[in-house]
Amino acid sequence: MIEMLQTLIMWDAWPAGLQTLVVIMLKIVAILAPLMVAVAYYTYFERKVIGYMHVRIGPNRVGPRGWLQPIADAVKLMFKEIVIPSGADKKVFLIAPVLAMAPALAMWAVIPFNDTLVLADINASLLYVLAIGSMGVYGIILAGWASNSKYAFLGAMRSAAQMVSYEIAMGFALVVVLMAAGSLNLGDIVRAQQGDYGLFNWYWLPLLPMMVVYFISGVAETNRAPFDLAEGESEIVAGFHVDYSGTTFAVFFLAEYANMIIVGMLSALLFMGGWLSPFQGWTDSWLGQPSLFWLLAKASIFLFLFLWFRATFPRYRYDQLMRLGWKVFIPLTIVWLVLVGVAVMAGLEPWFGKA
Amino acid sequence: MTFEQILFYAFAAILVFAAGMVITVRNAVHAALFMVLAFFTSAALWLLLEAEFLAITLVLVYVGAVMVLFLFVVMMLDLNTAPMREGFARYLPVGIVVALLVIAVMAMAVGQRHFGLEQMPVPVPHGADYSNTRELGLLLYTTYVYPFEIAAVILLVAIVAAIALTLRQRGGTKTQNIAEQVAVRRDDRVRLVQMDAEQRK
Amino acid sequence: MNFVMPDFMPALPEMFLLGMVCFILLLDLFLSERSRVVTYLLAQSTLLGALLLTVSLYEEGRALTFSDTFVHDPMGSVLKVFIYLATFLVFLYAKDYLRARNMFKGEFYVLGLFGVLGMNVLVSAHSLLTIYLGLELLSLSMYAMVALQRDSVQASEAAMKYFVLGAMASAMLLYGMSMLYGITGSLDLGQINTSTAAMDNNSMLLAFALVFIVIGVAFKLGAVPFHMWLPDVYHGAPTAVTLYLSSAPKLAAFAMMMRLLVDGLGGLQEQWEGMLILLTVLSLAAGNIIAIAQTNLKRMLAYSAISHVGFLLLGVLSGTQAGYAAAMFYAIVYVIMGLGGFGMIVLMSRAGFEADSIEDFKGLNERSPWFALMMLILMFSMAGVPPFLGFWSKLAVIQAALGADLVWLVAVAVVFSVIGAFYYLRVVKVMYFDKADVGAPTVSAGFDLRVVLSANSLAVLGLGLFPGSLLALCVAALA
Repeated sequence: MIEMLQTLIMWDAWPAGLQTLVVIMLKIVAILAPLMVAVAYYTYFERKVIGYMHVRIGPNRVGPRGWLQPIADAVKLMFKEIVIPSGADKKVFLIAPVLAMAPALAMWAVIPFNDTLVLADINASLLYVLAIGSMGVYGIILAGWASNSKYAFLGAMRSAAQMVSYEIAMGFALVVVLMAAGSLNLGDIVRAQQGDYGLFNWYWLPLLPMMVVYFISGVAETNRAPFDLAEGESEIVAGFHVDYSGTTFAVFFLAEYANMIIVGMLSALLFMGGWLSPFQGWTDSWLGQPSLFWLLAKASIFLFLFLWFRATFPRYRYDQLMRLGWKVFIPLTIVWLVLVGVAVMAGLEPWFGKA
Repeated sequence: MTFEQILFYAFAAILVFAAGMVITVRNAVHAALFMVLAFFTSAALWLLLEAEFLAITLVLVYVGAVMVLFLFVVMMLDLNTAPMREGFARYLPVGIVVALLVIAVMAMAVGQRHFGLEQMPVPVPHGADYSNTRELGLLLYTTYVYPFEIAAVILLVAIVAAIALTLRQRGGTKTQNIAEQVAVRRDDRVRLVQMDAEQRK
Repeated sequence: MNFVMPDFMPALPEMFLLGMVCFILLLDLFLSERSRVVTYLLAQSTLLGALLLTVSLYEEGRALTFSDTFVHDPMGSVLKVFIYLATFLVFLYAKDYLRARNMFKGEFYVLGLFGVLGMNVLVSAHSLLTIYLGLELLSLSMYAMVALQRDSVQASEAAMKYFVLGAMASAMLLYGMSMLYGITGSLDLGQINTSTAAMDNNSMLLAFALVFIVIGVAFKLGAVPFHMWLPDVYHGAPTAVTLYLSSAPKLAAFAMMMRLLVDGLGGLQEQWEGMLILLTVLSLAAGNIIAIAQTNLKRMLAYSAISHVGFLLLGVLSGTQAGYAAAMFYAIVYVIMGLGGFGMIVLMSRAGFEADSIEDFKGLNERSPWFALMMLILMFSMAGVPPFLGFWSKLAVIQAALGADLVWLVAVAVVFSVIGAFYYLRVVKVMYFDKADVGAPTVSAGFDLRVVLSANSLAVLGLGLFPGSLLALCVAALA
């Protein structure tokens, strides 16, 4: 069928540069379209999960079992008016949601889905993820500043300090991973976790504290409960996006959920063996084979954790949040950095023997 | 013109534009944002030079952390630029003369004649398996280990200085002792009293 | 990749210093306010330990290590020894001053020692990279020390000026270095020397790089017209910090100039000679003339420091071994005298009273004849009156300049030092011939401060009577 399509549009006659461009564009669409669907249904899933945790049913009116609820939400947001507050810095106000969204999507460029399936297989993909991820904060602080509202501004200030603080712990946790794997390439990091002991070969075991630090920092970086001080409904209304409505609000919403899915994916890739099977070396059936299914299953577990946290924990107070980041996580990661350094030098089996 | 050259000129143009805007816009927050753009495009230029580690680190450190804190401060300041513009017109002629002189000298010194492509040939591009990060790491921890360590000491001094200059121990502030709070047991707070049921009168 | 493990021995003092500073930094956290003196004692013993290590390595001769970024040579060793000694005296003089002003904190000593480490790095730098890093380590420590007295408006202003101008000077220096790297393709001073010497001497590009480097060096030395920060910083900083700024860093700045201009750009001597002559004449003129108008002793000594830098440059620009040795001798002598001068201000001051105005020294002879005599020795020596040490250092520099046929420059220097003698002698006149104000306090400093300051001043006299050994040391170090 692809060949037929190729002859139909006279593919071979296109200039080479255009061909590459089109292929890359198609790949991007192939990643982003499922992502958007995933985001939409993740919101549905969230409401359902939290509903059941509260002993409610959750959305059940639109479509069978409420399955069309996210579509209805999207349509509603798209047709709402975009209100620009008086006294707002209009350009910055409109550019802020884009700045929040762009990094969340750009990070997907280097996420590998299996051994070969990755849009851009660059050397330093881990660093790339960290760098692009750190830019997401601009959307939030600019939104808060440009709204010309004190609640939005307070939310932005909280968010800026929080993101910068937790980025350090997150960065250190990732440094430990890269030391263990000996590479900055996400694919190589997953491949370094391969072994005959199945899930016991993965880094979650030797780097357990780092996984915890990374995931909690990830929760803080995405401004999710219990670290959602930037929104803090009960304190500062809705924080940085209090003045946003319609599509602009929807973009913030999308960015937040896309970021959460990224954190889930990265946790799965870095600590839980990515697409590797937990039963590798135990059975030769499809259960023992690496596949995309495993990656998505692992990421889903982490995504469920996000929702579980939100339904369970009360919000942190600001000073407690700072203390956790600076006085607990950063020292912990530094200690673990040294320990893993020793373990790598000693070639501790079965994780670090290969390098 | 090759694709790389097109990219180079595009990014260079954005960089120069952003740098110009940093010093000419009136709004301090806008200026900081243009600075972010300038950092980002210079990172792109470094990428063209195959220095991907430096490029990504520039984004990570400057765009992701330094400029965020910078914005943090700039947003909270209520900057009044009017006093700063006083005397602008008075010093302008001198400023223009100095600037032109410097530009002329720089153009003579760092122009095509000394650093053109004839004097500085294009380096041979590396293969796909060349890792800039790895090469930098090797150099930093072997040949340049001494300067590298001193740079680390400079950072330490900066931390010590920053803390010494800002940490103020004020009397009468109320703070929590988290360790104490965490160490609290039930018995410290709740006393269970065993007593017989009382008769309703 | 071929990598040989570097020889760590030549850098032993630096490694010892770094280890001890980190130890002191940690230990100080756990000390109570009353046992802070432990920090002080540890800092002093660190300096003495480093001194012993440096002295024991003196015989080793010239050696390069750490991939040629570090050089160990006699000049470096001698300068390091005097850096330790000067800092030792600074810490000793400053102790009571800091106590009285609630500044007796671990940070002063930690930053001071980090500064010493930076000076050491600078003194034994053999690469543009290490020169810059050493300089930044030193400068950053000094900026912080100036600002350490947070509640003082003057100190904050001084720190701000120092920081902004210092950062600009560093940028200039860095720009010059980057040009130099662009021209020669190397950061190594030895290689830069060989490749620049082989180049066309009139290359505009080299001159361009050189201008920026000379500006950077001149700023750090405080030579006119890059001296604007110096009086304000010396005046605004707490006297204990001024004491630090005015002493050991001068030796490091001298070393930086030697490394950059002589070791790295020796082939361009003809070009930088002209620039230095300009700096010398301006420094001598501005320093000596403006000092006359000062009523504040710290400010006066700051301008006197500027004029002394002029003499120092006079030695370097003569471009001979004898000239370099004379300049080094001058730098060391200036540090000894400067320590005494600012030490006297510290000695006279007490809580709430800075004693930094010339008025405060009125009638010192009646109150404390001994210290009036000490101050007299220091002032005469700074003015260059024989037989004090300052005379010999000026003589050595002038001889070197005469050796390089710079007769007119020598004449300028002599004229200005005669003018300069006026303001030194005015201090002497105020001490001996003016009446003390009623109720002017007597000297009440601690025993150790009195003894060591007296020894410092008497050393200026003693070494002045027998100047040969110190001069010989400098000549031997540069041979």
